[in-house]
Amino acid sequence: MGMTMTQKILAAHAGLDTVKAGDLIEAKLDIVLGNDVTTPVAVDVFDKAGFTRVFDKDKIAIVLDHYTPCKDIKSAELCATARNFAKRFDITHFYDVGAVGIEHALLPEKGIVGPGDMIIGADSHTCTYGALGAFSTGVGSTDMAAGMATGENWFKVPAAIKVILKGKLQPYVSGKDVILHLIGLIGVDGALYKSLEFVGEGVAALTMDDRCAIANMAIEAGAKNGIFPVDEQTMAYVAGRFKRPVRVFEADADALYEREVVIDLNTLAPTVALPHLPSNTRTVDEVKGLPIDQVVIGSCTNGRIGDLRAAAAILKGRKVAKGVRCIVIPATEEIYLQSIREGLTEIFIEAGCAVSTPTCGPCLGGHMGCMAAGERAVATTNRNFVGRMGHVKSEVILASPAVAAASAVAGAVASPYDMEV
Amino acid sequence: MYQGTAFWYGDNVDTDVIIPARYLNAPSATELAKHCMEDIDPNFVREVKTGDIMVGGENFGCGSSREHAPIAIRASGISCVIAASFARIFYRNAINIGFPILECPEAVKGIKKGDEVQVDADTGLITNLTTGKTFRATPFPAFINRIIEQGGLLPYLVAKEKGEI
Repeated sequence: MGMTMTQKILAAHAGLDTVKAGDLIEAKLDIVLGNDVTTPVAVDVFDKAGFTRVFDKDKIAIVLDHYTPCKDIKSAELCATARNFAKRFDITHFYDVGAVGIEHALLPEKGIVGPGDMIIGADSHTCTYGALGAFSTGVGSTDMAAGMATGENWFKVPAAIKVILKGKLQPYVSGKDVILHLIGLIGVDGALYKSLEFVGEGVAALTMDDRCAIANMAIEAGAKNGIFPVDEQTMAYVAGRFKRPVRVFEADADALYEREVVIDLNTLAPTVALPHLPSNTRTVDEVKGLPIDQVVIGSCTNGRIGDLRAAAAILKGRKVAKGVRCIVIPATEEIYLQSIREGLTEIFIEAGCAVSTPTCGPCLGGHMGCMAAGERAVATTNRNFVGRMGHVKSEVILASPAVAAASAVAGAVASPYDMEV
Repeated sequence: MYQGTAFWYGDNVDTDVIIPARYLNAPSATELAKHCMEDIDPNFVREVKTGDIMVGGENFGCGSSREHAPIAIRASGISCVIAASFARIFYRNAINIGFPILECPEAVKGIKKGDEVQVDADTGLITNLTTGKTFRATPFPAFINRIIEQGGLLPYLVAKEKGEI
């Protein structure tokens, strides 16, 4: 029996000819990642275990993105711990305020991760890099510490679900709608412990930003990783960024999949997830008119330039509705600058949005847009759990940038199609 | 062997309710524990006693990769978690910090909040002392047992480096 794309990457990094679902392996890591929330715990574990060196200072990335620029003294202390560790071991890929971006937008942009890589990150949305054809998965701080010390970790080889994408997305429908639709279909544990392998002729028509949004939320279906095949678009994206040799892995024709899900991209409508689970999906038309207090456009899911362009196309010449706070957060400094150069930032500010420097901020109720009791947001983020963006009695509706922008203008959940005149 | 009162929760208990992100910058496990479960069970912190047992449904610990979640549960006094299934990062994190977890859908159905429960983590035998019913948890693979025996992933790696295992 053949191997899935994920299994091939795992086998190659474990020095094995073949692996099968359920095997426990020890594999070599290309990149180990942590942020300002998870790195300090890893540093503590690393030091307590008595490690005195890291396996490779070029293969560790530490990105201070969650609470930065620091919202309070406690956060500043966490950042100081991570910063000191990075300094102590001269970590090459260390990103602090002024250079920092949201980790899962930053690492692909800087060429730190690329096709065929084996990556662990102490952040659940580390699965984003599957968009580049890498095996990439979220772990905890102890795993990060172990990875930093040894350059290896243990893995259980996952079974897989094949997601066959057909056709092409309609205008105003994006990667976010694809992944919300899929999670609605299979549930928040629909891919528990498994890989989601995206294949089919529909892949070619998805932009890298779309693929990143899709792979990013694989974890919201419980998946270990989400992965896309490497194609011309991938190669064009990594050209000039990714300096290590590109390794392209393909699933065998007879690879075993536990389940197949077919999604016809032509028929997908703008989709939202109502509180309090990402699987609680509806088409936007089913719920439009629900009043809102806040809109957040950003995050590791949807803070990329394509996302900002989609939002700006709707906000151009329009105003954010009275009583709604619209917060736009470009995911990296490069995206921020690009947004200024393209005139998008001007569109946002003229529409009445607040534009922030890169941070995870409100997505996890950290800072830059926490909500009070009884408030409701439409957000391009990835989780709408109880209390995720602030007060335990506040609500988050997950949506694409186009839906979020349309909702900001309408002052209620709205479809981008209704914005056309 | 663990014994205590059961705190029972449903499916998809996520890491944001186990320990909300607004407390993630807390400096210690004890501080984290003060806010454990508060968004779904404000009484938990007041009621929990050392040794008590947490019971969850499917996909326990879904969401964020924050290791603060099992750290907060353990520091609250809970001795082990029984669930129908665990989200994978929580599963790894619990094993890696040497915190006992057991997968047993039957036990989850057969235990109610407030029941007195006894767990033998070595054999996977779960006894509901209130009803007298017993359940058997899915055993861990041998490799994972070796990590647990060493008290977590880092002690395991250190022992391996020293050639002790």
